[in-house]
Amino acid sequence: MYILRAENFGVRIGNRWILKDIDFRLKRSQIYVLFGPNGSGKTTIISAIAGLPGYEVEGKIFFDDKDITDLEIDERANLGISVAFQYPPEITGVKLEAILKRCLDKDPEDDFSESEMQMIESFKLAEFLNRDINVGFSGGERKRAEMLQMFFLRSELLLLDEPDSGVDVDTLKLMGEQLQKYIDDNEATALIVTHQGGILEYMDPKYACVLFDSSLQCFADPNRIAKELRQCGYQCCIQCNRKVTRPWNDH
Amino acid sequence: MERSLKPSDLTEIPHQILEEAVRAGIEKDDSKRAGTLMHVDRETIYTKINEKFRNQIEFMDVKDAIKKYPWVDDYRWKIVDRDKDEYTRKVAEDFSGGYFIHVKENADITFPLQACLMMAQKEIEQKIYNIIIVDEGANVNIISTCVQHSRAKKASHLGITEYFLKKDSYLNFTMVHSWSEDTFVRPRSAAVLDDGAVFISNYLSLRPAKDVQMYPVAYCNGKSSKASINSILYGHTNTKLDIGSAAILNGPESAADMTSRAISRNGSEMILRGRIEAHDPTARGHLECKGLLLDEKSFIHSIPELIASKGGAELSHEASVGKISDKEISYLMTRRMSEEDAISMIIRGFMDVGILGLPSQLEKEVDRVIDLTADAS
Ligand SMILES: Nc1ncnc2c1ncn2[C@@H]1O[C@H](COP(=O)(O)OP(=O)(O)OP(=O)(O)O)[C@@H](O)[C@H]1O
Ligand SMILES: [Mg+2]
Repeated sequence: MYILRAENFGVRIGNRWILKDIDFRLKRSQIYVLFGPNGSGKTTIISAIAGLPGYEVEGKIFFDDKDITDLEIDERANLGISVAFQYPPEITGVKLEAILKRCLDKDPEDDFSESEMQMIESFKLAEFLNRDINVGFSGGERKRAEMLQMFFLRSELLLLDEPDSGVDVDTLKLMGEQLQKYIDDNEATALIVTHQGGILEYMDPKYACVLFDSSLQCFADPNRIAKELRQCGYQCCIQCNRKVTRPWNDH
Repeated sequence: MERSLKPSDLTEIPHQILEEAVRAGIEKDDSKRAGTLMHVDRETIYTKINEKFRNQIEFMDVKDAIKKYPWVDDYRWKIVDRDKDEYTRKVAEDFSGGYFIHVKENADITFPLQACLMMAQKEIEQKIYNIIIVDEGANVNIISTCVQHSRAKKASHLGITEYFLKKDSYLNFTMVHSWSEDTFVRPRSAAVLDDGAVFISNYLSLRPAKDVQMYPVAYCNGKSSKASINSILYGHTNTKLDIGSAAILNGPESAADMTSRAISRNGSEMILRGRIEAHDPTARGHLECKGLLLDEKSFIHSIPELIASKGGAELSHEASVGKISDKEISYLMTRRMSEEDAISMIIRGFMDVGILGLPSQLEKEVDRVIDLTADAS
């Protein structure tokens, strides 16, 4: 049983195909890592799964065997897909607190429970509750807020777009451990886009892939791929003979 | 005497009148207010001063004040020119009343004062004259609400207000306008600030109106006097708003900041003006105006003006007009909000009371007023 399946999946922006003819499947309770050079389409793939506007999608996407290709963003979110944005927008006058409460399905007047408050504090966001979302947040503060919203949404499929970029070592550890725990406790699945792989040190991911030249090119142990990428870059990774034609599908 | 027939408690005011006032933000429990005054159509029907502040403020109909104190004439028409336009001339000729507020020296009025000017008759032309004097070292918060009763339909409101802020005084004045689709409105007002005076002026207009044009002026004449002028405007259903304010910085180290947020939808046309003039080299001012267009039928024209006649003055402005961002809507939708909820959250956020210079207790109340009036539309 797969939580997500994409068939003959392609994404076009304007008249340029960013992704073409991809098939992939994600299993439940797993952590997937997605590598790829800048501009290869990692954010595009996540956005298309979440249903964000501006992307022409071809092929089909199934969530829990349900065809979600034509569903709206909130319908997908309600089914259990959540996104931590690479570049979340600043929204004037909309408080972090208000959004967190919506994520938890609480009314504005309701208080956070003790455990929710603990979570907020562990993400060092208690002082940010009354701030406009992302307005004046530092890079790392945004990343923390993105992940916390995601946990409060209690989704089954977490799409994380560079959660570890520009994040300090302590926060990396916090995020990695919390994410691993969330996955284990909720039998959730995460797809993590990362360049440096910093967050992976505190997690136990099984699968990785490299997005290159409009398709998914490699399949191997994430730590090995990370190491190889560091050593010789994407060109050499692409030439590696462990490449498989139908990535992520042979498990 | 007619006087004795007047209600002595807000609960004695006719229900349909009181409910409309409450809907526009008037506090029913007037023990929470330093004073309350209600003027309906052409008559002041209610005035009350909280016992706690009896010796510190005078709050009555302006006609009574003129009769009682000859010196009030020394203030009248001193900063608004009675020949400014046809509307000032009309009010100078004849007016039905308005409020007179006098806050005495060093008084610390910890509860807000409230005034409600209501039009309840059909096709009425209401002519109001108000005067506010805050003596040296005193501080006060005032909420002034102009309401049109829902049964009044077509009406026009001409209102003159003159504010006098003496040395080191503090006035936080919040004006709420709550009109209806066929109302014509021409307020004319001006404030003069002595040394060290602080004037915070907040303006909220959230219901439709036919045509509102106003351009209040604050003269910061005193050394280190400071004016902060903020507005939250929600124009819809063919509402025409031409709204601006000016600050004239004459005093050394005088300062002004203006912040406005305007939302235009459903055929509303808005002209947003702001003007800061610096005539002292140590003056400084900042103007910020943000407009949000919700559809193709609406229109915003933003006109910020900075004028400096002396080198050294520091003036700046930022202005933006745009439509609601798809990225923001999508972001909130990934947090399980429907598109509609996401849009209303963004709009409500845009009308953030945080931009108003309100004390925190008042901020909650004004937030409630925005909820009330925004919901009603
Ligand atoms: N709205 C857009 N209009 C035009 N081109 C776009 C748009 N959005 C994305 N692209 C292009 O699509 C390609 C893929 O972009 P995407 O953001 O998915 O890359 P990425 O792999 O996430 O890169 P990075 O590692 O830098 O975040 C890029 O070449 C980008 O310029
Ligand atoms: Mg990206």
